[in-house]
This record gives sequence, C-alpha cells and structure tokens, in this order.
Amino acid sequence: MRDVAIIGAGMIPFGRRDEDTLMDMLAYASMKALDDVGLGDKSVDAVYVANMGGGMLQHQSAIASSLVDRLSLMPAAAETIENGPASGASAVKTGLLAVASGYYNYVLVVGGEKMREVTGWRATDVVATMTHPQAEYPYGITLPGMAGMFTRLYMEKYGVTREQLLAVSLKNQEMGTLNPYAHVEMALDRAGIFDLPEAVVNNPVSADPLHLYDLCPVSDGAAAVVICPLEMAKAGKGGQKSSEHANSKTPVLIAGFGQATDTQTLQERDDPTDLKAVTLAAQHAFEMAKLKPADIDVAELHDAFTILEIAESEHVGFFKKGEGGKAAVAGKTRLGGQIPINLSGGLKARGHPVGATGVAQVVDIVWQLRHELPKTRQVQKARHGLTVNFGGFGNNVLAFVLKRVEL
Amino acid sequence: MPLDMELEAVLRPIQYPMEPYPPKVITLANGKKMVIRQAAREDVPAILKSVHPCLFIERDYYDIVSARLYGELLAWYRYRVKSEYCLMGQVDGYLVGVVNGRMEDEKVGMSYHTLAIDRGLRIGSHLFAAKMEYHMEYLNQESVLIVAESPIGFRRWMIEYPLEVTQIPHELGGGDSYRLTREIYFKAKPRLVAGSRPVPQELMEEAMAEIKFADDDTIRERIAGLKGR
Repeated sequence: MRDVAIIGAGMIPFGRRDEDTLMDMLAYASMKALDDVGLGDKSVDAVYVANMGGGMLQHQSAIASSLVDRLSLMPAAAETIENGPASGASAVKTGLLAVASGYYNYVLVVGGEKMREVTGWRATDVVATMTHPQAEYPYGITLPGMAGMFTRLYMEKYGVTREQLLAVSLKNQEMGTLNPYAHVEMALDRAGIFDLPEAVVNNPVSADPLHLYDLCPVSDGAAAVVICPLEMAKAGKGGQKSSEHANSKTPVLIAGFGQATDTQTLQERDDPTDLKAVTLAAQHAFEMAKLKPADIDVAELHDAFTILEIAESEHVGFFKKGEGGKAAVAGKTRLGGQIPINLSGGLKARGHPVGATGVAQVVDIVWQLRHELPKTRQVQKARHGLTVNFGGFGNNVLAFVLKRVEL
Repeated sequence: MPLDMELEAVLRPIQYPMEPYPPKVITLANGKKMVIRQAAREDVPAILKSVHPCLFIERDYYDIVSARLYGELLAWYRYRVKSEYCLMGQVDGYLVGVVNGRMEDEKVGMSYHTLAIDRGLRIGSHLFAAKMEYHMEYLNQESVLIVAESPIGFRRWMIEYPLEVTQIPHELGGGDSYRLTREIYFKAKPRLVAGSRPVPQELMEEAMAEIKFADDDTIRERIAGLKGR
C-alpha cells in the first residue's frame, strides 16, 4: 500500500445557493481543488462524488458521470458514493484506497448537496430516510428527534447540562463569523438565547432538550480534494522531480483512517449513549497513523447537534466520558485550548450539506495543516488533525488522521 | 393638485378608535435590542424606502409581500384604508421589519403582512407576535383573520401557534382565512410573545430620532444573499 497525500483542496461558500444547481456546486468545488494543485484536467484518473440526496431532492442519478462530463475529465473513472451524512468521508476513503492500491495516481474527491430547494420539512424527511425503514421511519422519527432522545440520555448518565451545550453553540457560531465559507456568519449572545425571557422565542425547543441553536442548519454546498501518492506529492512540491502537477503547497498525508458501523437503531444498542462506531473508527485511525489523541492539534467533529461535539470529543479520546461538556465550558476546545475543535464553525455554523460535510471537514483540516488560515482560526504550528464524519445516528462513522508533511 | 377636502371627507373611511400600541424592547439572539413601536402616518415615506428594494426579490415571496405592503402603507398614508396600523422593529435605529393590519370591525382583526428586512433572528416572528398582541391585548378583539403567502409564514403562523382553519374569505384573497382566537393567543403567548416595557429612554430616543435604513444592496444581500440568513 502506498502512502497517500492530499495535494489540492477547495470549497465553495455554504449557504442557500438558489442560483446554482447541484452540478454547478460540484463543478465549482472541483475546479477550486484542481486549481489549488495546478493539475491538468487530463491527469485525473478517477472521480468520486459524495452525495446523499440527489436522487430524492433533484431527481438525479449517476451524478459522478455527469460531473466528469461537465468538467471534461473523460475518460476518468467516476462513481457516486452514498453513505448518508458520512458520504463525504466514504468518498475520501474510496479515493484513498484506490490510490494506495497503486491502481490510480490522481483522484478527485468531491462532495456536495443541494438541500435548500425544498422546505425544511422535506429536507428533514429526506435525511430521515437513513433511519430504520420498519422500526423507526414509519413512526415519524427524525434525526433531530433522535438527537433529542440521545441528549436526554447523555444528560442523565453523564450530567451534561444545557450550559455545556450552549458553550458549543456559542463557540461554533463565533467561529462561523470568521469563516467566509460558513453558512451562518452570526455570533450568538448568551443572554439572547439562554438567560433572558426572550430566549424562549429566540431559541425555542426543537427536540427537547435540544433548542434551535443546538442544531445545524440545512445547507447547500460542496467541497473537494485531490489526492495522489505521497511520493508524487513530494515530487510536485518544489518541482524536484518530474511530476504532472505544479503544486508548491505543503502536502498533507492521510496518515490513518478508520471506519466502523453499529446497529441501525439506537434501542438495539447495549448502551445507546455509547457511540461505539466513533470509538472504533477513531482508534483504527490513530493506530494506522501511529498517533494518539493527545498528538492531535486540531479536530473537525460532526456536530450536527451540539451534543455530538461533546460526545464525540469523549469517544475519540480527547476527554473522559462526562468531561467533554465541562471541557467546552472551560474553553479547552477553543482556539488556544487543549484541543481546538471545529474552528471552521463545524456543521453548526459552516453548515451541513450532507454529502459535502465529510469532504469539507478534510478540507478545513488541510488548510489548518498547511497553516493557510487567518490567525483568528489557525492553530499555530498545527501538525496533526482529526476528522470524524458521523453517519446515521452513529451507525456508520469514519475518522481520518491527517498529518502535515514536512519537506 | 390641492386636495378637495369636501370630496376627501367622502373618500376617507371613518376610523374605529384604536388604542395605541405601547412600545417594547426585545433582546435578539445576537444580543442586539430591537425596539418595536407603532409607526405614525408620517413615518410611511421612510418605511417605504426600506420596502422598495424588496419589491425585486423573488425569494420567499418577498416581491409579493413587499408589493402588497407598499400599497397598503401608501393607502394608509393617503387615507384610503379603514383603521389600518403599522408596527415596526428597529435595531440601533435601523428599520429591520414591518408588520401591518387593520380592524375589520370592533371584534375582528385583519392581519395584512409581515416583512423581515433582516433575517435569521426571528424578527418576523417577534413582529407578527407583536401584531397579534396588539389585536388581542390593546384593541381587545375576539379574533384575527390571517393568511400566509410564503411557506415560511405558514410554518410560523399556522403551525407554530397553531391557528384554526376557517372558511372565511380573507381580504388579501387566496385561500380561506386561518383564525387566531383569544384562547389560542393566550395559550401561545408564553412561548411566542416576548419583550419588556417600558423601553429604556435611550433606546426609545434612538428609535424615535430617525428611522434609519440600510442601502438597497445591503437590504437585498440580507434577504436574498448567498447566506440566506
């Protein structure tokens, strides 16, 4: 197996992009990543497109085939990867394995979703199709509903409080104001959403005990990366050897990845608060990278709901169970803290176009490890980053450990 | 051309007596303070300047809502509507939203429109709630008839309160009216009606001093910009 590096990264601003089709967004993000690496379009061997809802939302299938044509990347191989909200990371993993195997050299991975052309109800319903088709969906379960029940259990078992959830929400929305790619660029005020009587209206209950600002927005967006063998990435860097790309940027090694699954329904798990797939995916990624949680400088966790940032920060090993919420309140997950989490604003503020999210997390960590971000979001001298892309309600999870390559 | 006041006396509808809406202040999710106060007739030209750029925004039916609101406010300004009122929200003096309606008769209110000029802060919800508060608590009406033109409005009014469906035609046309009753209003009030009185003097003075409005591009960006806030 060859070592594989990310040599190009691109993203388009998330939000509500009424003027763009799904294909437009995928193409824009792809071109940004290809431009970032300076790779000629005939050099792409394969394209993997992450998308969850195109068939339901846009009545469109064979999306990858359409994209290679749009980008004139023929005869590159092309596949669409659907794995719920973890589609993005699944596509990155598929690209990683294709390059690591030695079969392909240059692979474009792009994730995108266009969710805002339907009402929030429809979008919520589309996302809910990932739930169990007999045991859950027919009874009206939604992902926010599931997250509400999970939060209640987590509160009872580990003492998580609304104040702790609030700390995550305030942090991530504050970071969103610093991220030009974020869907929500609006800082929240604790008084307005928590302390004052107006908070009842400003921040209503969405899925008890979760409130409006505990949930990520429904977004349109796309993100892309270009990957290749590490040795070719090194050759491109500085142009020491012949190479098909002219990138002068620092390559980022995909040092480790892990993926694990769990029961589709929460109630079948021995302990519904135990996100085993998160733990296993992260463990596998750390083992492959020969690193441990304490080595990570910055992380992008899947905070579709504020509780998930807290729970994942514990399950990947940054904090002990029951300590994640306290750490958030203590500022340990902010820039300059023990382990900065979601400096992009996370799903909470950057947004959650489901097929794009897993790729966008990788893009944000690549920018961190290249030291390209403004100092208000940049972890100084960041060398190692972690992403966790959470599919279903923790029944299909992928984690990546990324490493800055010093040349 | 000077007004023929003799003819005007015929054309101008006789108004029901209307208690004033006492101003209140609401802290928004971003910490900013929004003053909600009743517009005076002479405020209309300034308000219309903020409504005008919305006429050209198709997104979320802003064009329809603002075109109708524009006409309704103009008609009020020129004394062609019976017992109309307008409430407005101001943040730092800037106009961020407008709602209007009128008294159909002494017992029944007719909700007209809700226009949020800044988005993502539930400004429309707060202003609509203030409108219902006015009908129920200050005009002491029995019910308010309401229709929605956008899916967002439908969710905010019909679902969130929730309103009861009727077969009564609404003045704005379209579908049959939904109705807010006193029972529905007072049941919904704890979770939907916010704000405190009196408004601190400095905030009130700022709001009264001038109705500020953002430039057209800023308004369009806030409503229809990429972020869709």
